[in-house]
Amino acid sequence: MDLYYIQGILMLAGINLMSVLGLSLLTGFTGMFSFGHAGFMAIGGYTSAMMTVNYGWPFIPALLMGALTAALMSALIGKLTLNLKGDYFCIATLGFGEAIRLVLDNVQYFGGARGWPGIPNYTNFTNVLIINIIAIIILANIIRSRQGRNMIAVREEELASQIVGINVFKYKLISLMISAAYAGIAGGLMAHYMTFLQPKMFSLVKSTELTIIVIFGGLGSISGSVLGALVLTSLPEILRSFSNWRLVIYGLSVIVIMISRPEGLMGGYELTPSSMKKLFTRMRSKKGNLPKSMEGGDTL
Amino acid sequence: MSRFLQQLINGLSIGSVYALMAVGYSLVYSIMNFSNFAHGGVIMLGAYFGYYYLTKLGLPFFVAFIASALTTGILAVVIERGAYKPLRERKAPFLYFIISAMGASIFLENIVIATIGPTFKSYPEILSRTPIQLGSVTLGRIDLTMFIISAICLALLVFFIDFTKMGKAIQATSYSVKASALMGINTDLVIIVVFALGGFFAGIAGVLFGMKYTVYPQIGIITNKSFIAAVFGGLGSLPGAVVGSILLGIIETMTSGYLSSNYRDLIAFVLLIAILVFRPSGLMGKITEDKA
Repeated sequence: MDLYYIQGILMLAGINLMSVLGLSLLTGFTGMFSFGHAGFMAIGGYTSAMMTVNYGWPFIPALLMGALTAALMSALIGKLTLNLKGDYFCIATLGFGEAIRLVLDNVQYFGGARGWPGIPNYTNFTNVLIINIIAIIILANIIRSRQGRNMIAVREEELASQIVGINVFKYKLISLMISAAYAGIAGGLMAHYMTFLQPKMFSLVKSTELTIIVIFGGLGSISGSVLGALVLTSLPEILRSFSNWRLVIYGLSVIVIMISRPEGLMGGYELTPSSMKKLFTRMRSKKGNLPKSMEGGDTL
Repeated sequence: MSRFLQQLINGLSIGSVYALMAVGYSLVYSIMNFSNFAHGGVIMLGAYFGYYYLTKLGLPFFVAFIASALTTGILAVVIERGAYKPLRERKAPFLYFIISAMGASIFLENIVIATIGPTFKSYPEILSRTPIQLGSVTLGRIDLTMFIISAICLALLVFFIDFTKMGKAIQATSYSVKASALMGINTDLVIIVVFALGGFFAGIAGVLFGMKYTVYPQIGIITNKSFIAAVFGGLGSLPGAVVGSILLGIIETMTSGYLSSNYRDLIAFVLLIAILVFRPSGLMGKITEDKA
């Protein structure tokens, strides 16, 4: 285990974290589930790679361009599908994610299904770290702002927040666009880390992996997402000696998490200096209350 | 014209197998209100079971068929007991079911890769490959078998749902789980039967797919199409699932026949999005009101 290898895993975790943070805003704080975020990563990745390779843009503007394109695309998708309820919004995002991948499969300009090699290697440990820190600070501020509180209100009780005058559709759309922009940046980072892009990299499996990380970390907790991304990205690497069996264990552990600890690692708590102090003072108190939306309906 | 007829027949044959898989998705959705993504893994295992029953045990064709369908039926129930029942008891939101289903599907796919290996396996030649000539249209023997077996299975399903006591219980439970439980229906048993039925048909569909193509661990991806078909027809509606599947099969073969097979999958997903945007309840699904 040399330092270079560990750094590589941390970079992968950082890239994953970037899109997990966006998804955390959408899922954990606005209460909508997406199975198409790999599609937004693909858009961000291909756009930023196009900018650096074909137009010679510097790295950061190219990343931002990728984020912007992903956000615009998500606005279009959101306009069409945000009124769908629960399961159907999930299915719609799944459809969009796969459709984006299949379109890229057929675009010869980007190399089609064979992939696109020769993207410059701009992503390094330092800029992944800095971008992630900035992203976390921005996200924390969004959540504490008026807009963020409105999003949480939408998550808690959609109808009630509509009645008190929150434009539910608008805040869902804002949340979706911000999360798509985060995914777009993650895609750009990934493109310039792998130096190779292939539509296959952004399949449904990737989208599922991101949602699993958010839930594993704990819905409604940024620090949970950070921990989740670190643990779940390095887990397959730690299990690498099991080769074929690692994904078997991974699938099994997903089921076990869902069954045994649905509130995730952090369960809605944040890990900040002040919350740490509070935690120590009430170590013996019982488990915290889950956000209301996590309690489940009365379907069965 | 003959080309059109040919594509139509191919579409019908592939669509009927989609229908066998789609009813599995729809049955589960109608009772439990979530998309059971582990279904694809069950279909894949059905294809493998069929392969081993035929080659290793040397069972006759129809015995192997029924045997693998029974095995997957049991397997589907085991998945329900392990991955969904604990969630059901906790009244977890639908998303936890979906994630759990995805976990199960990752598990099934990779346990096959880890034990059997990722290589392709091809079924022994059960039916002769020489097609039947009907005027200007050629009819593959496998395609014809696929269509006939699927049609028989679907007819049996309709009979079961409409004319047996358990079928009536399934219908009642799909209206309201709570009310049916109050009326003395054992809803837990209904859920077991629903998973067993879905698994049974998944096994048959898996063997049919294995016969037509080959068997490999990622065959479950093809079954996503049948999920699209179920959404297209209206999730939770059995006639919708059948109609949606046949239509999707025909649309797919027409696309590969007249445009390019590269666009076949794309068309399927574009169709999915279009139906969700314009008519989310599908062709025949019930329109559900949000009760807040």
